[in-house]
Amino acid sequence: MPQRWRERITPTDVIMWFIGAAIIGLILVGSTATLTRGPYTARHWFDFIIFGLAQGSIYALIAMGYTMVYGTLRMINFAHSEVFMAGPYTAYFVAAALYRSGFLDASPAVSMIAVLFVSMGTSTLVAVLLERIAYRPLRMAPRLVPLITAIGASFFLQYTFRGLYGSGFQAYPVVKALEGQWNLAGVRLLKFQLVVILSAAILMAVLYAFVQRTRVGKAIRAVSEDKEASALMGIDIDRMIVTTFVIGGMAAGAAGVLYALMFKQVHFFMGFIPGIKAFTAAVLGGIGNIPGAMLGGIFLGLIESIGPSLFLDGLGIVAPYQLKDAIAFTVLVLVLIFRPTGILGERLAVKKA
Amino acid sequence: MRKASILWLVMVFTLGFIAPSVLAAAKCEDPIGVVVIKPGEPIHIACWMVVAGPDASLGTDTKRGVEIAVDDRGGKLLGHPIKISVQDTGCNAEGGQAAATKLASDPTIVAAVGSNCSSEAKPGAPILWKAGIATVSPSNTAPYLTDPKRGPEYDGYLRTAHNDKVQGAVAAEFAYKKLGVRRAATIHDGSVYAEQLQAVFAETFKKLGGTITAQEAVAPTDTDMRPVLTKIATGKPEFLYYPIFIAAGGHITRQAKEVAGLEKIPLMGADGIFSPDFYKAAGEAAIGMYHSSPDFSAFAGGYKDFLQKHQKKYGEKPLAPFHAHAYDAALMIFAAIEKVAKKQPDGSLCIGRKALRDALYATKNLKGLTGTITCDPYGDCADPRIAVYLTTAENVKKLEMPSTPYWKPYAEAPPAPAKKPPAKPPAKK
Repeated sequence: MPQRWRERITPTDVIMWFIGAAIIGLILVGSTATLTRGPYTARHWFDFIIFGLAQGSIYALIAMGYTMVYGTLRMINFAHSEVFMAGPYTAYFVAAALYRSGFLDASPAVSMIAVLFVSMGTSTLVAVLLERIAYRPLRMAPRLVPLITAIGASFFLQYTFRGLYGSGFQAYPVVKALEGQWNLAGVRLLKFQLVVILSAAILMAVLYAFVQRTRVGKAIRAVSEDKEASALMGIDIDRMIVTTFVIGGMAAGAAGVLYALMFKQVHFFMGFIPGIKAFTAAVLGGIGNIPGAMLGGIFLGLIESIGPSLFLDGLGIVAPYQLKDAIAFTVLVLVLIFRPTGILGERLAVKKA
Repeated sequence: MRKASILWLVMVFTLGFIAPSVLAAAKCEDPIGVVVIKPGEPIHIACWMVVAGPDASLGTDTKRGVEIAVDDRGGKLLGHPIKISVQDTGCNAEGGQAAATKLASDPTIVAAVGSNCSSEAKPGAPILWKAGIATVSPSNTAPYLTDPKRGPEYDGYLRTAHNDKVQGAVAAEFAYKKLGVRRAATIHDGSVYAEQLQAVFAETFKKLGGTITAQEAVAPTDTDMRPVLTKIATGKPEFLYYPIFIAAGGHITRQAKEVAGLEKIPLMGADGIFSPDFYKAAGEAAIGMYHSSPDFSAFAGGYKDFLQKHQKKYGEKPLAPFHAHAYDAALMIFAAIEKVAKKQPDGSLCIGRKALRDALYATKNLKGLTGTITCDPYGDCADPRIAVYLTTAENVKKLEMPSTPYWKPYAEAPPAPAKKPPAKPPAKK
């Protein structure tokens, strides 16, 4: 046995493990120090968790688009962050009009559904056009070609929307019904956070059920397993690929409205950072795997929210929130050292990878 | 023969001595280079400002100040038309570097106005000065840029904007004396401007006897500020100062109202977010917020005139606080060019780059819109009068900045009717 072990372990592995162990050590030391000496009470930690869950569920919804497209096409759709931007930015004009007419305050539920509908519609449309115009003609091209096309499409969409709507910030109208907070058994919850977390959870459950339980969902899974074989079994591959883009677009459009509810700002460049984070989340959870994307998103949101206080505060690092992104990506590196396929990642067969 | 040879000798000597000096007077020379402007060609002044993206209001505002200064000259200087070109800087170091590199490659540029954000000037100003271009910034306020220790590569850099040593101190005094708070927290975004401004604030606040509970930092692209605000709330501050830029500033303003412990405390920003665009980003959460910014009411009499021209030319009120500083920067450059430009026999204009830089640094008692402009040896030319403004519901609704100060540091000084109005806030160190 030791013989085989020695043959399989390369020096790179040893170095990686060493790095991983060092980071974990730092995290443990920092966390213990924060928990024993830090100024935080249970209520603060609860707040951190809620903030993280709200942010994470948005990442999770966007990550679904990345992971599903990766599942069927084996490509990273970098323009997905612009699909995410297109929806809420277009829906902003609807929301602003509803707000000016007073309808938004009069019947917030109907208005929010209308805004959600417009946002999901726009995002879906952009996603489908993207597939049709930018990706389908390159289906048979080498893998790097659609990747570069995706980056180009991303810039194209960003600057198209900048041309359409301007380069400034737009402030989303405030939904009065969702302002304020609820006190549940002495625990304080902001209303819109609860709405964001619940609606994201419902959406994810519906999408997951769709993929797992319906015939179309089964076909999508078949295509992502083996395209040629599913074509032989009579599955229309093009239609299934478009369907994945539709689902990804709808999730992104919904995530966009939730994002606008939380941050109340839209901007032509707003998709970039959440897009990168969601992609990270998809990799973290195991790209190609839908529950993995959800888990990865929520995990990333939580780490970003809790991490700086928990890990770094105890180490005496000043202004730890500046290092929020560094922490998120360090965690990604850690996960990839110990589980190269991501948290729930399938072991990719050689021909797929 | 002897007579003739002596005569020859004399003639050779005379030529040898006189000719070069005559030629030099006619030839255009300067230790670091010259710009020659042929008759009819324009005098090119470049603006490197942030005219796109979230902070575009800052650059648009200063660009308009320069344009009005040009209009006031009738578009001409010494018989040459004035040409203004604009290069976007993006309010970050990379953008400033790119814009400065581009300007440095253009030999027709006589002088520059810019940059807007201090982070742009830090890498940009040395690049321009290497190319011999002096630049006057209308809105860089970070102390580092005119610090005696800044190094010779900043020799071509001047500013008409106030130094944040003044602004940060005014904000701290306002918090401590006027609002009576004793515990304050600050947030910066890692930019030179915000980092140094909050440091000055914290230092002054501590000197006054207050406690700084946290000096946090975020990234300019961050959107979720609730975790960092929750962390700040654990220190129980009574006042939050975040002199940052519009995007992150808007998020903090909105989200501070949602974090337990921070809902009610006074919020204060600085001149970087004193703009209608900030009201768009922050919405109604901006009501009741304070800003430190140049005191418009202390500006010279010509300022009213300027506002009318601005309204007529652009159909709106100024978008940010630095239009008058940009106007003054242009005035300084025009005056310096007039002082050093030499008419050549062929009718062209010769401007020595070092001479122009020296003339800019020698600016003294120039009557500008922001006050009397006199440059110190490190390029600080402002007549800094900072006031604090309070945002009302009306301001947010109409997307207009408040025009009258809420509090002034120098109003509290004992009245001295015999003296001329204080050039600098008297309470400053």
